[in-house]
Amino acid sequence: MTKSDEKLITNKQALSEGLRDGIPIGLGYFVVAFTLGIAAKNAGLTPFQGFLTSFLNNASAGEYAAFTVIAADASYLEMVLITLVANARYMLMSTVLSQKFSRETPFYHRILVGFDVTDEIFGITVSRNGFLNPFYNYGAMLVALPGWSIGTALGIMAGNILPTSAVSALSVALYGMFLAVIIPPAKSDRTIALTVAVSFILSFIASYMFDNISAGTRTIILTILIAGLASIVCPVHDKK
Amino acid sequence: MTHEIYIYIAVMSIVTLMIRILPLTLIRHEIKNRHLRSFLYYVPYVTLAVMTFPAILNSTQSQISGGLALIAGILAAWFGASLFQVSSLCCIIVFITELFML
Repeated sequence: MTKSDEKLITNKQALSEGLRDGIPIGLGYFVVAFTLGIAAKNAGLTPFQGFLTSFLNNASAGEYAAFTVIAADASYLEMVLITLVANARYMLMSTVLSQKFSRETPFYHRILVGFDVTDEIFGITVSRNGFLNPFYNYGAMLVALPGWSIGTALGIMAGNILPTSAVSALSVALYGMFLAVIIPPAKSDRTIALTVAVSFILSFIASYMFDNISAGTRTIILTILIAGLASIVCPVHDKK
Repeated sequence: MTHEIYIYIAVMSIVTLMIRILPLTLIRHEIKNRHLRSFLYYVPYVTLAVMTFPAILNSTQSQISGGLALIAGILAAWFGASLFQVSSLCCIIVFITELFML
């Protein structure tokens, strides 16, 4: 077996592992995107426009915030600002991922992986050991991207036929996915457990004390505050 | 409507893509600073936790069903349920709770 064969096989394996881990994400996205489509429809988007928005943005909170801008017929500048704020966390995640790339990985992989840095794909990517294999991300993206964008389009077309009870139940799907990403590491690392607990408490307090600030902005401020504090109190020792 | 929806979509997409792609392409060296590394290590957990709570309580028809979904989700994830299982369990809990409550 030549060296390039070995690499091909590991890339193939990474792709199929990405597909495997991406299926629950894609299904979850489909459901959440369907409810997002309802908001898109209310903002006046056609199914194709919803598909396009979701394919290019892959952001639940960011898109939701953007649809409120469209619904209000607000300025393009406001669209820039709200997208920046609602999606700023991806900048932090993308910075984290920049540290997982091997120097040998070709540059264009950074662009393609960057295209779909979402909370969930980030979650499954950071939990893998060693250097990032972009094909793992591509596998996950192959299911996540259609799930999200087609889900949005279908939500615009058929969202209103769902009963309120179903929409209510489906709206927690996203949060369930977040819990599945943060709780298992909290079980094995007490610092993470403490950080998550503090995040819950401060987020709760902030939602009452600063309810005039948007949820996206609160997320950024609290993230910088709490992660900053945690990095000072419990700096991570390099395990590798 | 005085604004064009396609321009809105272009504006938001360009901003989102730049946010995601610029750090990955511009930061090509290992960050050596220990505090910065630690900060980046904690970011995902804090962000996801902050986005989940208390938002989950207000996403459902009743805060009680949202709260029960939160507790069930934490327990399921703690005991090793997969992403899809945790997510579906939360939905089912809300559906059943609201079936009996409302």
